[in-house]
Formats: sequence, structure tokens, C-alpha cells
Amino acid sequence: MAEQKPSTAIEAVESGLAAQGYIASRQIATAVYLSQQIEKPILVEGPAGVGKTELAKAIAAWRGMKMIRLQCYEGLDEAKALYEWKYAKQLLYTQILKDKLGEVLGGAQTLDAALDQLHDFGDVFFSKEFVEPRPLLQALEHPGGCVLLIDEIDKSDAEFESLLLEILSDFQVTIPELGTVSAITPPTVILTSNSERDLGDALKRRCLHLHIGFPEQRLEERIVESRVPNISQTLRRQMVGFIHEIRSLDLKKLPSVSETIDWARVLVLLQASELDTDIVKDTLNVLLKYEADIEAAQPQITTFIAKAARSNVFG
Amino acid sequence: MRENIHRFFRAARGAGVHVSPAESIDAMRAVAQVGVSDRTILRDALLLTLAKSQDEKLALGDCFDLFFSQPEPRPDQPEVDREDGSQGTDRSPSSSSASEAGEGQPPEGLGPLAQMLLSQDRNAIAAAIASASGAASLSDIRYSTQRGIFSSRILDAMGLQRLRDDLDELTATNPALAERLRTALDAFREAVRDTVAQGLALYAREEAENLRNEILRNAPLARIERRQVAEMRALIRQIARRLRERYSKPRKRQRRGHLDVRRTLRRNAAWGGVPFLTAWKRKHRDRPKIVALCDVSGSVAQVSDFFLLLIHSLHEVVDDVSSFAFSSHLIDVSDILESKSPEEAMAEIMSKVGFGSSDYGSSLVDFEKEFMSTLTPRTTVIVLGDARSNNLDPRADILRRISERSKRLVWLNPEGRLAWGFGDSEMPRYATFCSIVRQCATAQQLERAVSDIVATYQ
Repeated sequence: MAEQKPSTAIEAVESGLAAQGYIASRQIATAVYLSQQIEKPILVEGPAGVGKTELAKAIAAWRGMKMIRLQCYEGLDEAKALYEWKYAKQLLYTQILKDKLGEVLGGAQTLDAALDQLHDFGDVFFSKEFVEPRPLLQALEHPGGCVLLIDEIDKSDAEFESLLLEILSDFQVTIPELGTVSAITPPTVILTSNSERDLGDALKRRCLHLHIGFPEQRLEERIVESRVPNISQTLRRQMVGFIHEIRSLDLKKLPSVSETIDWARVLVLLQASELDTDIVKDTLNVLLKYEADIEAAQPQITTFIAKAARSNVFG
Repeated sequence: MRENIHRFFRAARGAGVHVSPAESIDAMRAVAQVGVSDRTILRDALLLTLAKSQDEKLALGDCFDLFFSQPEPRPDQPEVDREDGSQGTDRSPSSSSASEAGEGQPPEGLGPLAQMLLSQDRNAIAAAIASASGAASLSDIRYSTQRGIFSSRILDAMGLQRLRDDLDELTATNPALAERLRTALDAFREAVRDTVAQGLALYAREEAENLRNEILRNAPLARIERRQVAEMRALIRQIARRLRERYSKPRKRQRRGHLDVRRTLRRNAAWGGVPFLTAWKRKHRDRPKIVALCDVSGSVAQVSDFFLLLIHSLHEVVDDVSSFAFSSHLIDVSDILESKSPEEAMAEIMSKVGFGSSDYGSSLVDFEKEFMSTLTPRTTVIVLGDARSNNLDPRADILRRISERSKRLVWLNPEGRLAWGFGDSEMPRYATFCSIVRQCATAQQLERAVSDIVATYQ
């Protein structure tokens, strides 16, 4: 792999992802290639629905690895993300072993001797057996590597970010009772963020920063082609052109790639052969998710269709 | 190339992208992986490793394009010239005779620079300029006034002196060639000037901005020029961001310390009270509550404006701000400031209470009558004003009551300490009831004052 020329290697990444139905721009492919070569996580930012999460899935499918997903939310903590002690099991075992304990301690003459024996015994309950691995620890312990997706990191608290730092830079975690657990094979880590809040510099520094915006028209056509293969070429061009016009409006939520794909599916279902005002009006709610947005777009539909058709002729 | 990449890091810092040593190491590793042959991939790799936000990506992209576009040594002249030189022999007989004479046999004894210029080798010249600017450490350029000195340093390093001698000699022996050399020299000077200008654009941006900000930070707020107001607003916003970052850290600080027995028992009820999970007592920190009384009469209005802007952009840090503006009487302006843009809000406030002659006594009476209930033992009261009450009754007794009801009373005075107590200034009488009195005339002093106020709550 390292012998390959970087440009060919990057193309290989691009075609590999394309085989999984993910059409990546060159920037994305470069990021994936680099993250593999210099073993760094990728922090993906961008508006909702441009395929940030899909990227992780596509990488996992392409490399044939397991994907472990950690969905972040407010209040997510160590116990849910990293590991937890199996308290119930510990308790149960102490109950069952009670008699045994009596036997072990029974031989002791003095209190001190009993205490000593108990000390030797105590660590048993804080061993690997009683650790419940959560996504982060699972990812480190997975033999053969995996893709770790830390989704919507911006939704978690600032403290959680600090927890991630050790994993992101050294691929290891420290559990006080057990010591440091290092990754068997460093996982490919993808973090996604919707920029709801600014992430800390320390976190950003440890990652490659990739921004995925709305794709260019050509690229988006290819994406639609790969996801909805049975749509005709003229309709595809028209609808993508139309969506690009819609994105020039000042809307609350701009339609993103996932909406484009949904819309393409809807149009195929309705057996539309080309865009016209009626069908767009009827299906606009697939594209726009706010009443105010739909109202703002309604009067422009005819012009946009005309524009999209024109660009179709010249493009 | 390694050298070039390092220079690019410096240029990136100049463009406002923070490149730490760790990031530059990462970038070098990435560059080692992708190689430097493909420029678009190199650009992507650097953007991925160095830039950490969309803004930084844009800035860095521009910086990359600027950095790796070599200034053309001579725009169009050389094209024509070279054609003349190389093909002139068999194409244009009329004009070629003179130049051919020079071209065919470069006169002996010319310096390397003269020969290079005469041979019209653009790449060689560009390379020579690049290495000479390296030798003159162009990347140290900081201010636009240094352009001249760096140009002459580069020219000297390339042997301008020798070229002049050659030129003098040639004027006597071969005037046609001398003429050609002279035009070439002019174009060459231009190329060097372009290189220096590019260097300035690349490396000096940060420094120039810092200098300008530094001056602005220490300029008296009350007397800044109109064109600087926008810049000052930007600066104040920057200060607000800095304060936010410093003070908006999570509130639950003391995690470990005393065991919270009640919560521990409750949490472990499921395990028969065996304390598997411990709960610790936490110390809650109050968010600052601020009541600001701002004088908006003529002399102090500008300072109040910036102060209000600063206080109201601290949402994340400050829980609760109530602002009051006064000159001869006092009104509540919190809503105006919350709902409108800073410019509009200030205009409205000024039209309501501004521009009067200040009367601290009656303004304080207004406050006591209507708004005294906003004060709690956790409130910090900030009064911003010059305490010049036009010889009217200062009503310092109300200020005493305000001070008793609140946590702290801070007085910020835009005037210098020397002027306090002279003329109609009531500062000494008010000062007795204030926890702190400080001068606050520049953006820097404003930042310190607000920072101190917020810090007392941490």
C-alpha cells in the first residue's frame, strides 16, 4: 500500500467508497487516505444530511470491518461511553462466595491475618471479568481493528471531550483499577459534528479536520445516480439543478443530500418523467421541513424549474 | 521543499491560522505521505491537518495559493524579447541585427546577474530571486515601511553592484546591449518588488493586525474617531469572546471532597445500601448577576456604549444583566439592548435619555424608587460615569443603600484619577461607598475591569 503513488492510492479510496455507494469528493478521499496513513482520527463537520455518518459506514463496509457507533448526547459519561463495573454480578458473586469466604477467613487466627487474606482476595472483584465494555473500550479491544464512529460529538458535554483525548491521540484508555488498555489494532476513528457548539482546541488538534459542504452539481448527480439507479438522466439533472436553485434561497433549513435522495426516490415512485410545477408543489414537503420554508419557496418554483431546464440544455 | 513547507507554516500563522508545533509535525507527516508532486493533493493535505474550522480553511486556502504562486519575473516583455532573441535570427531581419550581435556572443567579463538577465532565462531568474530572498530572510518582514530595505537587500545579494559596473562599461562599448540590459533590469526590479510585496502579504499580516489592535486597545474610548468605531466594536467582541472562554467553564467544579451521605444512600438503595456508587458534595458557583448604571451624557456616552456592548455579549458567563442608562433621569434599557443591534439600540437610548446634562442625584432617586428590588445580595452593581453632577445634590446616601443591598459596588470612571474631586466631580464622596473604584478609559482597562468583576464569582 505504501509503495503506491499517493494519487493512485487516493483514487483507490475513492473507487472503494464508490463501490459501497458512497460518492466521495477528492477532499474526502484524501482525508480517508491520510487518516489511515498517519493514524489520526477524522473530525467531520458540515450541515445535517450531507453524509457524515454515511462516510463512516461506507469506510467500514469497504474495509470489511465492524463499525462501532457511539451516539453522543448531553450527559453522556464515562460509565456509558467507556466501561462500567458489573455491580450486580459483583454483588451476586460475593453472596455466592460468602461461605467460601468464611472458609478462607476461618483459618486466620487474628483479625490482622484475616484482613491480609481478604486483601489478597479483594482484587478478584475488580478484574477484567467484571468490566462491562462500552463502545470506546469495545473499539480498542476489537481484534483486527474496527471503525469507531463518535457521532454528534458537539452534543456531548465539554468534560466528555477531555475523556476522548487519550483515546484519540494514543488509542488507549486508563482504568484506575486495571491499568492502561491499549488498542490491539488502532481503530479508524470518525467524529462528526454539526457545529452546535465550538469544540475544544485540544480535541481539534488531535484530528484531521474535514468539512463536508453541499456537493457540486456534478457530484450530487453522481450521488443520486448511485443511490437511485432507476431514475432517468434528464430528470436527475433537472431535479439536482432545481435543488441547487432552492439552496440559493434564504431558508431555515436548506435541503441536503439526504433530502435530494429521498426526493429522487419519491419522483421515481410517482413515475415522473420530468419536473413540472404540479409535481414539485405536491412533493415539496419532502425537500423542505418547515412550513415557512415551503411558503417562501412556493412562488419561485416555476422560475426554478425553467432555470434548471435551461442549465440542463447547456450543461 | 522542507524549507518551503516551514516557510508556509509561518505564512499560515500570518494568515491567522494557529499552527502549533504539534500541528506542524502532523502536517509534515502528512506531506511525507502524499509527496509534493501533486499540488492539489498537497493543498488538501495541508488544509486537513492545519485548518481547524471552515474560516481557517478559507484563509489557509488563499494563503496556499498566494504562497505557491511565484510572481512572474517579467509579465509580457520577456515573451516578446525571448522570441526576438531565439527566433529573430531567421524571422525578423530588421530588428534582429542589433540584438543578434549581443545575443550571439555574450560579451566576456559580464557578471552572473547580467548574463542571466541577458539570456532571458525566466526560471533561473525566479530561482535566483527566491534564494536571494531566503538569504535576505524575507520571512522576517513585518511592516510595509520595510519594503524598500528588503528590496535593496535582495538586489544586493544578487549582485546589483556588479551589474551597475557592467552597465557603465557596456554603455561605452556596446550601447545597444546596454539598452537591452537596462530594460531587463527595470523588469527585474519590478519582479523583486513583487516578491517583496508578496512576502509582506504573507508574513506581515498578523504583526500588522496585532500592532493596530494594540494601539486601539490603549486608545481612550471617549475620543476615538468615527472610522475606528467599527473596528473598536470588533475588538470589544473579541474581548467578550475571550472572557466567555475563560469564565464559561462548567459550574460543577468540586467533584470530590466531602461525601454526600444522603445522596449516596439513596443512589445505592438497590444494592441494599452497600455503597457501590458514591455521591460527592458539590459546590455550586453563582453566575454573576450584574446591574449596570451607565451615564450616557455627552462626555461618557461613547465609553458607556462599548461597556454595554461588552456586558451584553457575555450571555454565557453572566446570568442576568439589567442595564440602566441615565443623564438627567434614569430608564431601564435592558430590553432595548437585548432586542436590537448594538447600533440601533444605542441610537434609541441616546434619543430617550442621552445628551442631557447629567444629574446623578435625581438619577439615583429614580433608581431607588423603581428598581431597588432588582438588587440582591448576589448582585454586583457597576456604575459607569464621571461623577460630574453639575453641582447638584449628589445623594450619596442612596449610593450607600445600594452598596448595602448588593454584593459589590464597582465604580468605573473614564476620567483620570487626577481629575477626581476637582470642579464638580463628586467622585471622592461616592468612592466611600464603593467596593472598588477604577479608571476605565481604554478597551484594555475595560477588559480588566469586567474580567475582575466576573472572576469574583468563580
